[in-house]
Amino acid sequence: MEDRFVYADNAATTPIDPRVLEKMMPFLTTEYGNASTLYALGQSSHLALEEARRQVALLMNAEPGEIYFTGCGSEADNLALRGYLHSRQAKGKRHLITSCIEHHAVLYTAQALEKEGFDVTYLPVDRDGKVRLADLEAAIRPDTALVSIMFANNEIGTVNDIAAIGALCREKGVVFHTDAVQAYGHVPVDVKAMNIDMLSISGHKINAPKGVGALYIRKGILVEPQITGGGQEKNRRSGTENIASIVGLGEAARIKRENLEQEMTYLRGLSRKLIDGVLRMPQTILTGHPTDRLPGTCSFCINAIEGESLVLRLDMNGICASTGSACSTGSLDPSHVLLGIGLSHEISHGSLRLTLGKQNTEEDVDYILERLKDVVDVLRAMSPIWKA
Amino acid sequence: MEYSKKVMDHFAHPRNVGELPDANAVGMVGNQKCGDIMKMMLKIENDVIVDVKFQTFGCGAAVATSSMATEMVKGKTVQEALTLTNKAVMEALDGLPPVKVHCSVLAEEAIRAALADYYQRQGIDPTPYVGVIPACDDAHEHDHGAREEE
Ligand SMILES: Cc1ncc(COP(=O)(O)O)c(C=O)c1O
Repeated sequence: MEDRFVYADNAATTPIDPRVLEKMMPFLTTEYGNASTLYALGQSSHLALEEARRQVALLMNAEPGEIYFTGCGSEADNLALRGYLHSRQAKGKRHLITSCIEHHAVLYTAQALEKEGFDVTYLPVDRDGKVRLADLEAAIRPDTALVSIMFANNEIGTVNDIAAIGALCREKGVVFHTDAVQAYGHVPVDVKAMNIDMLSISGHKINAPKGVGALYIRKGILVEPQITGGGQEKNRRSGTENIASIVGLGEAARIKRENLEQEMTYLRGLSRKLIDGVLRMPQTILTGHPTDRLPGTCSFCINAIEGESLVLRLDMNGICASTGSACSTGSLDPSHVLLGIGLSHEISHGSLRLTLGKQNTEEDVDYILERLKDVVDVLRAMSPIWKA
Repeated sequence: MEYSKKVMDHFAHPRNVGELPDANAVGMVGNQKCGDIMKMMLKIENDVIVDVKFQTFGCGAAVATSSMATEMVKGKTVQEALTLTNKAVMEALDGLPPVKVHCSVLAEEAIRAALADYYQRQGIDPTPYVGVIPACDDAHEHDHGAREEE
């Protein structure tokens, strides 16, 4: 096939939807009022802010008043973990349960809380990347304040049994936070049906801009602000609101809600084709759960070649992809997710993640398969450990 | 992290890549656990490296440093090749990102391992000439730099 450009790293970030940009533009130009002011210009920002809040809430079946905008998904995770644990420590609840394959926004925050004296349990996951309910149940203690388990994993795409985890936490009287940055707008999320108490999202994974996120906090849950100041977002997150980006996030949520089922079906079809094609190459495996996975996430390990070389060569062919190999992490170890699902260092070095988005086409997948095969052949030919 | 133009050129168009069936000096360093393996194959006649080929499993810098190292020893005497340093390989590539410096070390070691094999095949103890080639763990002084992720 003729050279083309294929963006297949939609788990890293997504392009802004033109409709989102259009909705944002007035707030980057003429509608620059501060939402906290009394005059009409400020009120226009305020109304836009509240409409975005409503849209974001609708896509997760929350109340608008339970949505708190933040500067990114990482900030939402930090606010949930630090804010909630700090609010509970006076009550003697100093224990946090999370999993070993969380995004670093949760993992490093948990480690920082450990340094502050909180107790953290890092649950293992099974070979598909799911937290086992029995492990969670066994880890819950009388002083457990919070359980934070990601909705869907960003590297392997595995979707956890969130409703079951939520039900267990509710039954045990433990607050449940989930990092849904990769899930929100990609699979159905319902905070009420799934008994979720706090949930993090990020704009740039759903065709809204980078640098905007939100935390859903169920009514009645106390979270100490991590940024104090002018008292915006009902005191939970101070700072003059980034109206344009928040409006973008709201519009992106609206579009995703309208198209969720259709997009899921479309992406599942594309992914099926891509996964089948890659697995037809010898000595390749799929990582993550075979079926309970994000519709657009295709992650593999390709034996006898190294992930960074693979990504660089795909880039030379116009294909954007990513890897969790050690060479990409700048350390001796491959990603904690690949090791967490029990893969050896040897296998993990050949990790490749292709994440499809709604802008990708069948032709894109054909092109990826064609070029990937060439690249793998070239790299295996120069690999001293390749044995056909 | 960004690679220089030279690194990308050697990565995209590796020089002297492949196998060398009539090699009389072969060295392999690194291991799959660490994520880099380099195999150097030299054909040495009258103490001169008349041909060289490499095979590498590893990242962009691993491929580029092996490629550059083969160019730097081709046509050289064994004595000259023994003076090759990782620093020289790095400079020839217009530098490497700090987390990738270990790749140039591995390239130097791969050449030395091949030369050790050359001495050994003649019944000569290579240690006085090539020194001790470290095992994977000490060879890899990876910087634990900040991880970029999404
Ligand atoms: C699972 C997960 N959590 C958190 C984040 C952080 O979000 P942000 O980039 O908006 O800080 C990401 C990706 O960036 C992610 O994939």
